[in-house]
Amino acid sequence: MNAAARFSEAESRRNAPAWLAAARKTAIARFSELGFPTEADEDWRFTRVEPLAKTAFELPKPAATVEAKALVPFDAYRLVFVDGRHAPALSDLAGLAQGVRVASLAQVLKDEPALLEPRLKASAEPAFAALNTAFFDDGALVIVPRGVTLEKPVHLLFLSTAAGAPVMWHGRVLVSVEAGAKLTLVEEYAGAGSGTYFANMVCDLDLAENAVLEHAKLQHDSESAFHVASLRVRQGRDSRFAGHSVSLGAALCRNDIAVSLAGEGADCALDGLYHAGGRQQVDFHTAIDHVVPHCGSRELFKGVLDGSARAVFNGLISVQPGAQKTSASVYNKNLVLSENALVNTKPEFKISANDVQCKHGATVGQLSGDALFYLRSRGIGAVEARNLLVYAFAREMVEKLPVEALREAVSARLARSLGAGD
Amino acid sequence: MLEIKNLHAKAGDKDILRGIDLKVGPGEVHAIMGPNGSGKSTLSYVLSGREGYTVTAGSAELGGKDLLSLPAEQRAREGVFLAFQYPVEIPGVTNKYFLKAAYNALRKHRGEKEATAGEFLKIIKEKAKLVQMDPAFLNRAVNEGFSGGEKKRNEILQLAVLEPKLALLDETDSGLDIDALKIVAAGINAMRDPKRSFIVVTHYQRLLDYIVPDFVHVLSAGRIVRSGGKELALQLEDEGYGVLGQEAAVR
Repeated sequence: MNAAARFSEAESRRNAPAWLAAARKTAIARFSELGFPTEADEDWRFTRVEPLAKTAFELPKPAATVEAKALVPFDAYRLVFVDGRHAPALSDLAGLAQGVRVASLAQVLKDEPALLEPRLKASAEPAFAALNTAFFDDGALVIVPRGVTLEKPVHLLFLSTAAGAPVMWHGRVLVSVEAGAKLTLVEEYAGAGSGTYFANMVCDLDLAENAVLEHAKLQHDSESAFHVASLRVRQGRDSRFAGHSVSLGAALCRNDIAVSLAGEGADCALDGLYHAGGRQQVDFHTAIDHVVPHCGSRELFKGVLDGSARAVFNGLISVQPGAQKTSASVYNKNLVLSENALVNTKPEFKISANDVQCKHGATVGQLSGDALFYLRSRGIGAVEARNLLVYAFAREMVEKLPVEALREAVSARLARSLGAGD
Repeated sequence: MLEIKNLHAKAGDKDILRGIDLKVGPGEVHAIMGPNGSGKSTLSYVLSGREGYTVTAGSAELGGKDLLSLPAEQRAREGVFLAFQYPVEIPGVTNKYFLKAAYNALRKHRGEKEATAGEFLKIIKEKAKLVQMDPAFLNRAVNEGFSGGEKKRNEILQLAVLEPKLALLDETDSGLDIDALKIVAAGINAMRDPKRSFIVVTHYQRLLDYIVPDFVHVLSAGRIVRSGGKELALQLEDEGYGVLGQEAAVR
């Protein structure tokens, strides 16, 4: 892909405010300088990007009408995007309380660009985020004002329809949960076609003082998709963030999750579940930064690997100087079902304070032969016994998800990909 | 019912069973006693189809059907049940779900309709009474965090639900205090049936005070060296396995 050429093509169609045009120009220059990461980059040592880098992606043509194929149509304020573009006909924001903003970013860029300027200030970004800044045309803006509790979740559904030539789209999500406000946000990625596509997301979540945000990301892109996403979370004083990541699809799925605990008393719980088979690659790089004292973070990611799948988990917890009374834990547990599957896992701490409680651990294991025999000795078939044990391993993470309908859907989807019934 | 002929088996590359001959008729309770390492547990595992054992000679048939060629789940479906010495904990799978999956696998094998959740709940609640199990245990993960006695009761609950033709009880008394032993034994006795056979594997005579066997066999160095009625167990209790010293030394 010649990113610079695609960029000129995109810019010629745009009518962006000067500050944004300048930011995009800086971003594409930065990407051109960095290029796609290679194995020489410490953060990309175990994940091969060449298949993505070598593909010539087009920007998507306006999509034909598609059916909304949400994993589950639960009751929510819903914004649907097709190949990165807002599809108003599929969206439903009826009943949204006054003062709450849930809007297409393209629309806001057109109508009130000034609202976005402070939210789109980019410093030196890594390659994929820079690419996103250069190219994003749409996405979502969500603002929950001070003291407001949103009773229904907000559902952002990103559908990809690629069927022919490989396409790429870049989306940006900006979320502000203001002081004392409360929000449940579901971000979902689904592939409706069989073609190759590259979805490149940047999602910024901002939690003000006392804000509560439960965030669930569900990624079940099609088998030949590339999904790269950067989730950046900033937490103010006494805010609570619960983040869930479920990754079931895509040929390559890379998630960078960075949480900054920037206000005292902030609390973060990060969970994840990934299941990969065939030649899938799934990579989670998480970084939780304890900037100030008295913050807590707990992190647990579980993975199930089959076939020749590769998984990477890197869970970094940083404790800055002076961030005393930090309590942090990071665990990664993997179940490897095949001899050819591979996991690289590294929970790590960088601690610059002396009064902290930090725990970490990682396991990579196989199914227990004793448990398999126990089930089979009761008449349960070998395949069913295996699936039952795999599902049992993953179940803990499914049960942590918000929204009952989502738990059921993920559970059913997982059972299906394991070839098991429940 | 069960007919074992000249059964030889290895665990890994070690000879454990060296020619077992045993006939168990319908409704009979046979106790197999013997010192540690005599092959008692291996016999249970070989009959129930655990991997890691190789049968090098002999046969074992249940109702005329060759057991040894079947995978573990098929043996269970044909009516073999092993009550484990150390029941396995399975986090994330509820007892109820596990039992229902097993119950329905057996029904399916017999060409019967699978039980619905409601039907099964009724059955299992009835059976739980047999071993005085609090129904709350049905919603807990299989054996996870269960005490030794609770695990053994859970084994007998499974026995009661699955209603096998042949029940192998492997050291069911190990780790039980006398009260728990009485509950477990009562559950087993309630399952005695003219069509059901039991093989009770135990190191101690104590269990046989509560589950009275029709026959007692003494296993030593992979062979049955003595057989008799229930009085043989009492005699062993008095004399100890020392009388078998000669044979045990051969190992």
